[in-house]
Amino acid sequence: MKKLINDPANVVAEALRGIAAAHPELRVDHAQRVVFRDDAPVRGKVGLVSGGGSGHEPMHAGFVGPGMLDAACAGEVFTSPVPDQVVAATRGVDGGAGVLHVVKNYTGDVMNFEMAAELMAAESGTEVVAVVTDDDVAVQDSLYTAGRRGVGVTILVEKIAGAAAEQGLPLTGVAEVARRVNGNGRSMGVALTSCTVPAAGRPTFDLPEDQMEIGIGIHGEPGRRRVPLAPAREIAEMLVEPVLADLDFTGGDGVIAFVNGMGGTPLLELYLMYAEVAAILEKAGIGIARNLVGSYMTSLEMAGCSVTLLKADDELLRLWDAPVRTPALRWGA
Amino acid sequence: MGRASAHPGAALGCLTVADTVDGAALTAWVQEFARLVHEQRDALTELDAAIGDADHGTNLDRGLAAAVSALDTEAPADPAAVLKAVATTLIRTVGGASGPLYGTFFLRASSALGEGDGAALAVAMRAGLEGVAARGKAEPGDKTMLDALGPACDALDEALTANRPLDEALRAAAEGAARGRDATVPMVARKGRASYLGERSAGHQDPGATSATMLMEAAATALAGRG
Repeated sequence: MKKLINDPANVVAEALRGIAAAHPELRVDHAQRVVFRDDAPVRGKVGLVSGGGSGHEPMHAGFVGPGMLDAACAGEVFTSPVPDQVVAATRGVDGGAGVLHVVKNYTGDVMNFEMAAELMAAESGTEVVAVVTDDDVAVQDSLYTAGRRGVGVTILVEKIAGAAAEQGLPLTGVAEVARRVNGNGRSMGVALTSCTVPAAGRPTFDLPEDQMEIGIGIHGEPGRRRVPLAPAREIAEMLVEPVLADLDFTGGDGVIAFVNGMGGTPLLELYLMYAEVAAILEKAGIGIARNLVGSYMTSLEMAGCSVTLLKADDELLRLWDAPVRTPALRWGA
Repeated sequence: MGRASAHPGAALGCLTVADTVDGAALTAWVQEFARLVHEQRDALTELDAAIGDADHGTNLDRGLAAAVSALDTEAPADPAAVLKAVATTLIRTVGGASGPLYGTFFLRASSALGEGDGAALAVAMRAGLEGVAARGKAEPGDKTMLDALGPACDALDEALTANRPLDEALRAAAEGAARGRDATVPMVARKGRASYLGERSAGHQDPGATSATMLMEAAATALAGRG
């Protein structure tokens, strides 16, 4: 393992010190490992809280700021935060209009956020609504399984629901917007390499030079199937095809197309992939209204990418374009 | 920390069914569980790397070390308080799925624990099992820790009903857990992170069922010979 760390046990705490040092506009509670926007709680505004395991940077702390999240809880690497952290975050962002939890559909995240909401309900009058994202088409959904994973669409939910909250929508309205984004978004990912959890010290799985994993999540877990490495054009098809097969993206006001790097893939390759995705969508008669290209939801140093498509409408596009001022997303402000 | 070795030969005195399960016994159980998980930490993480995300051993080890140290500091006297302190510490420190699941196991066991004998322990363990099933929305055969806890509780109940002494009953429970753990190998996971692999999860032993077997083995080791 070759990493820029001091001690595998202190990676998260030490990275939070760096976030605090780099971003004076954020406030970091080091004891609870929660990153707040400095002016939280914002009176009268719905508070947005998300969180999850560390190792996905810039998600979620990188999306804390005006127009997006009010607080983010950082768990251990690839391990969801504990209920105490979520409670501290929820309390800290409650400006009297209620709090929205944005939770990725992973067993641990869902259970810890649920327990936190139960604790909040027992102790205070804060109204909490959770929206669980589950956009990963690689996972077969059924009543008897854990369901689909929450991946790329989570960032689109945080941006768009964050804008809705900033514009003064009530909790029910912000939650409705968040659910609409999740319901209209689908994703699929590919890994070219594994990644190394600092505490584990070696790659989570072995992936030979000439193989790739299709249908991965964001925790270095293996995907649905292992196939021979292929040119980017074919990989783009393997990712976009199941997304298009799962939801009708034609009509409406076009899509927000999001090509996300997993941490170890250069922007050069992500743009190349974006060109392939755009070509496939053009052929399918689907217009791209907005796009996002870059490494926003990573899996440590894993090489690979994911493609997320969100079927947009006027309101969602307006909220997408609204000002945002966070370490990782910043425009119009 | 292995408490069993501190009581050599004590099992010889254990001939009645009404064995006492007091706070010290439950503390010894948790210490032994922590010791086993610490010893097998890398093996648990390796099982998790195959079908999950390579953190089960590390997370559970961190949480149980915190639980043992909380018991050292607080030294709760009554048995239910021991289990509750363990629950709270696990929920506060572990995260992931195993924190809420093991936390819920100990929390429900704590609430259900009656007067301290073997039968009370069996009732508490059954309550813990049901808590895990409810929290994880899992069923037997989903390739989870339930697949070890279920057969363990069944074996424990059966042995106690047959009037066998607690240490024998707990050994039967540990064997039941181990059989259940081994049976997870061919299963296709339907819950937890392994479920994302679909058919590819078959052929791997479930890490949660493996640590749950350690929980029952720890009970057999630490609680044997008490009473």
